[in-house]
Amino acid sequence: MAGNSKTVTLGHGGGGKLTNRLLRDAILPKLDRGKLAAMPDSVILTGLGDAIAYTTDSYIVSPIFFPGGDIGSLAVHGTCNDLACSGARPLFLSLGLILEEGLTMDDLDRIISSLAAAADEAGVQVVTGDTKVAPKGSVDKIFINTSGIGRVEAVPPPTLDRIRPDDVVIVSGPIGNHGMAVMLSRAEFSFEFDLKSDSACIWPLVERLLPLGSRLRFLRDPTRGGLSAVLNEIASAVNVGVTVEENAVPVDASVVAASEILGIDPLPTANEGKLVIVVEKGSEEDALDLLKDCDLARGAAVIGRITTEHVGKVVMRTSVGGSRVIPEPSGELLPRIC
Amino acid sequence: MCLAVPMQLTEIVREGYGRVDTGGIHSDVNLMMTPHAEVGDYLIIHAGFSIEVLNLDEANIRLDLFREIAAVTADLEDI
Amino acid sequence: MKPTYEQSAAAKLAHDIRESAEKFDGVRRFMEVCGTHTMAIHSSGIRSLLPENIALVSGPGCPVCVTEKSFIDEAVLMARGYDAALATFGDLIRVPGAMGSLASHRAEGGDVRVIYSPADSLAIAAQIAPKPLIFLGVGFETTTPTIAATVKIAKEQSINNFFVLTAFKTIHPALKALAGKSDLHGFLLPGHVSAILGVTCYDYLVTDFHKPGVVVGFEALDILLAVKNLSDMVVSDDPRIINGYKTVVREEGNPTARALVDEVFRPTDAAWRGLGVIPKSGLGFTELYRAFDARERFPVTPPESKDDPRCRCAAIITGSKTPDTCALFGKECTPEEPVGPCMVSSEGTCAAYYKYGAL
Repeated sequence: MAGNSKTVTLGHGGGGKLTNRLLRDAILPKLDRGKLAAMPDSVILTGLGDAIAYTTDSYIVSPIFFPGGDIGSLAVHGTCNDLACSGARPLFLSLGLILEEGLTMDDLDRIISSLAAAADEAGVQVVTGDTKVAPKGSVDKIFINTSGIGRVEAVPPPTLDRIRPDDVVIVSGPIGNHGMAVMLSRAEFSFEFDLKSDSACIWPLVERLLPLGSRLRFLRDPTRGGLSAVLNEIASAVNVGVTVEENAVPVDASVVAASEILGIDPLPTANEGKLVIVVEKGSEEDALDLLKDCDLARGAAVIGRITTEHVGKVVMRTSVGGSRVIPEPSGELLPRIC
Repeated sequence: MCLAVPMQLTEIVREGYGRVDTGGIHSDVNLMMTPHAEVGDYLIIHAGFSIEVLNLDEANIRLDLFREIAAVTADLEDI
Repeated sequence: MKPTYEQSAAAKLAHDIRESAEKFDGVRRFMEVCGTHTMAIHSSGIRSLLPENIALVSGPGCPVCVTEKSFIDEAVLMARGYDAALATFGDLIRVPGAMGSLASHRAEGGDVRVIYSPADSLAIAAQIAPKPLIFLGVGFETTTPTIAATVKIAKEQSINNFFVLTAFKTIHPALKALAGKSDLHGFLLPGHVSAILGVTCYDYLVTDFHKPGVVVGFEALDILLAVKNLSDMVVSDDPRIINGYKTVVREEGNPTARALVDEVFRPTDAAWRGLGVIPKSGLGFTELYRAFDARERFPVTPPESKDDPRCRCAAIITGSKTPDTCALFGKECTPEEPVGPCMVSSEGTCAAYYKYGAL
C-alpha cells in the first residue's frame, strides 16, 4: 500500500515523496523483472535483431473489471496482439497510467497484479513507465497507455498488400465474446451470465502459423468494430471484395443469446483474443492443422474468401441463402428494444 | 418495432417475478403480464418483461412445416 | 457445402413466390409495418431472393423514426432546466433534436442512462433521489405495457422522483391511414405488437380495404412464408388475415397486458413524423397516474422544430419513396451525421438502405 492512504490522491501525482511511495509500494514490486525498478530516464534494450515492430494503444473501458479480465490485462493483451499481427514476438512494454483521484488502492492493486500476470504469461516485460493522477471527474477511474516492441519473426511479415484474389479468410474462434461480456456487465443492466471476455495474447497462434511463410498473407485482431471492421478494411484497402458464409462464422451460443437480447450484432462486436487470418488458397487446411489443439484457437474456421467481385464490399451469404452487405461499423454499439 | 426473445422460466423468485435463461444468460423478469407462466415455459421477453408464453406445440408444427418444405426442394430442378 | 434445411426451405419458398408472382401484371408492394422486420429482412438478405415484381416497403413501425424532433428537445430542456437525469432505450441516443441529441447532452455533462428494461430505471431513480429521473417513453403496443407496469410499481413503492415523458404510438390509426393507399397491396403485420393486440383486430384491412395481412415472426423463413401467403392472396383476390406467428400470438392477444395499459394510459392525439397528427394514436396518463407525467411536472417550451425541407423521411415512412430518391441520402445524411430519423435508428429504412444497400 502507498503509505496509509486507501485511495489515490492528487499528491500521489505530484512527483515528490508520495509519488515515489506509490510507485515503490504499489507498482514496481509487481512489475519489475530486472529493468523497471532502477527507474532510469529511459531504458536501453538489446537483442532485438534487424526488424522490430513498435506500436502503441490506449485503454479506456467501463467497467474496469469485467468477466474474463480487467483494464490491466487488456492493456497487455491489446498491445501484444497488435505486435503479433505484424508477425512480431512481443518483448517489451511501456506503461503509462493515468489515475483518477479517489481510485481505491485496492482496485489499483488488483489492476497492477492482473497486468503483471498477463505480461508474464505473454512473455513480455514492462521496462519503462509513467504515472499521473488527474483530478476527480476528469478520468473515469483509470486510463492506461501501453507501447510495445516486438521482434519480427514472420518472413515475410504479413501485410494488407500481400492479399490476393481467391485467398482464404479464417477466424481463430468464436466472435463477439469480449464486447458482449463488457456490455452485459454494465452497471445499469441486471444480467447474470457465464459469458467471458476472450481477452488473451494471441502471439502463440501467430507463432504456430509462421511455418506457412509467404502463404500467410495477412493477420489482424478484430478488436473494436469486430469482424465487420477487419473485413471492410481488407475490401476497401486492397481493391478486392470479400465473401463470407454466415453459417461458417463461429459464434458461441451465449453470444448469440446476448446479441438477441440486446439487439446487438456479433459481427461488429469487439474481440480481444481472436485473429483474422488470410492465407493463400489451398493453405487453409494447413493453417487449421497448425492451430489444432491450441486452446486459443478453439472453434477456428474458414469463413470466406477474397474475390474480384463486388470490389470494396463485404458480402455475406446468409443462413437462408440470401446475400447482403456487411457494413462498416459506425459509432457506439447500443442495446435497443426495436 | 419490438425485439423480444424467448427465454426459459427456471424459477419463480418472488411473487410476480421469475428467473429466465437463454444460452447461459440469466435475468430476473417481471411476470405481471403472464400470470399463468409456469417453470419450464418459454417466455417471450421484451425489455425485461414477459409478454407472452411461447406455445411449444405451435413451435413444433412450424418446425415440421419448414422441414417438409425443405424436403420438397430436392425434387425441384430450377433451384 | 451441403445446404441446411433452412436454405432448402428458403429456396423452395422463393421458388413458390416467383411462381405466384408470375401470375400478376406489374409490381405488388407489401409493407412490413414493423421496423424489426425491416432489420430482419435486410440482415437475412431476403430481398435478394424475391422476384423483381414484389417489393417490400418499410412502414411506420420504428418508434424512433416517427417521433417528432421536438421530443428530444423537450427531454434535454427538462434535464437542463430541472437538473434531471434521463433514462432511455439505446435506440434514442443519437436522434438529433433542434438543440442536439441525447448523446451531445451527455457529452456536455448531462446524466443520461441507457437502460435495457424500464424496470431498471426505478433502481436508478432510487439511487439518485431526490434528483428526478425522466424516462423517455417511446414505443408501440409491445413496449407500452412494460412502461405502464413500471409506473404502477413506482406508484405502489411511492417512488416519487420517477417520471415519464410520453411519445407512445398505437398502430391501428397509422395502419388505417396507410391501408387506403392504392400502391400498397398487403401487409406484414408486426409479430410482437400482435402478441399484445391479437389477430382479429386487423379485420378492417379486409372488410374496409380489401387487403390481406399476415401476422409474422422474425425468422427469415417466417417472413418468406408470409410473403408467399400475401402473394397468393393477391393472386386469388381473396384477402384474409393470417396468423403466421401462432408460436407467440394468440387470437385474442394478451388481455392482461392491455388492461395494464388502460389503467395507466389513455388515448391522446399524437404527432407522427411523416404522417402528421393522427387523432387518438398516442397515449397520455390517466388521471390516477398524472403525478408521473414529466410534461406536467417539468413544463418546458421546445423550440419550433423545422425539418430540413429536403428530408424525405415523411414519404419514406409511408412507403411512397425509397431512400435513394432523397437528395440528402448518403451525402449530407449518413448514420454518423443523420439529418432525418430514418437514418438514425438502426432499424430506420434509410439506415438499413445505407448499411446493407443494394449489391
